[in-house]
Amino acid sequence: MAVPKRRTSKSRRDKRRTHHKIAGINLSICPQCNEPKLPHHICGNCGTYKGRVVLESEEA
Amino acid sequence: MRHRKAGVKLNRTSSHAKAMFRNMVTSLFKHERIQTTDAKAKELRIWADHMITLAKRGDLHARRQALSIIREKDVVHKLFEEAPERFGSVSGGYTRIIKLGRRQGDAAPVSLIELTASEKIRKKKEKKKENKTDKKQAAEETEEKAEKKEAVEDQTDTETETPSSAEDQQS
Repeated sequence: MAVPKRRTSKSRRDKRRTHHKIAGINLSICPQCNEPKLPHHICGNCGTYKGRVVLESEEA
Repeated sequence: MRHRKAGVKLNRTSSHAKAMFRNMVTSLFKHERIQTTDAKAKELRIWADHMITLAKRGDLHARRQALSIIREKDVVHKLFEEAPERFGSVSGGYTRIIKLGRRQGDAAPVSLIELTASEKIRKKKEKKKENKTDKKQAAEETEEKAEKKEAVEDQTDTETETPSSAEDQQS
């Protein structure tokens, strides 16, 4: 039966894992308040979506 | 094959789902807008559209059909009174869904579903909003610092009311 001859070194193990990484979330800029927001979502800062106030917030 | 099996299951029995959507559609017409998960909001559109179609038809049979789904009589009568005027000119697109972000606790995507309102109703709402914002102004200043951090760290946290109250407790 095929058996590994050598234990995988830390270096090789870690090199293999260089591609195991989490990509950051995509963000867009709120056209009203220029704060970052999730695309296709209401702006968490000013509570607007597509130029309309959806939720009342501190600034609105 | 899932041919001709439209709709979502939502990990519920069909009776549970039906009961839940009856509650939800009642709440939606009662409060104009409700907050729920994306999946439920999308399914709720179908129920809401059906109710409005019945209301636009407006005859006694339609009213009884609506009463068999909506749990509160007052809501049905109000809907049947308003619907022809409010939705008479449009066919479909009676509801609007706006994504709010993810819920703390289970990270479920939450959205707001509301009836597309005529201008009159919208103005009434805006007046209410103004009153609310006056009360909030006192709390504004303390929150401003925290807001900047929030913007960078918590992009998903879009519910404006709940995080602000949480911050008050922390500070």
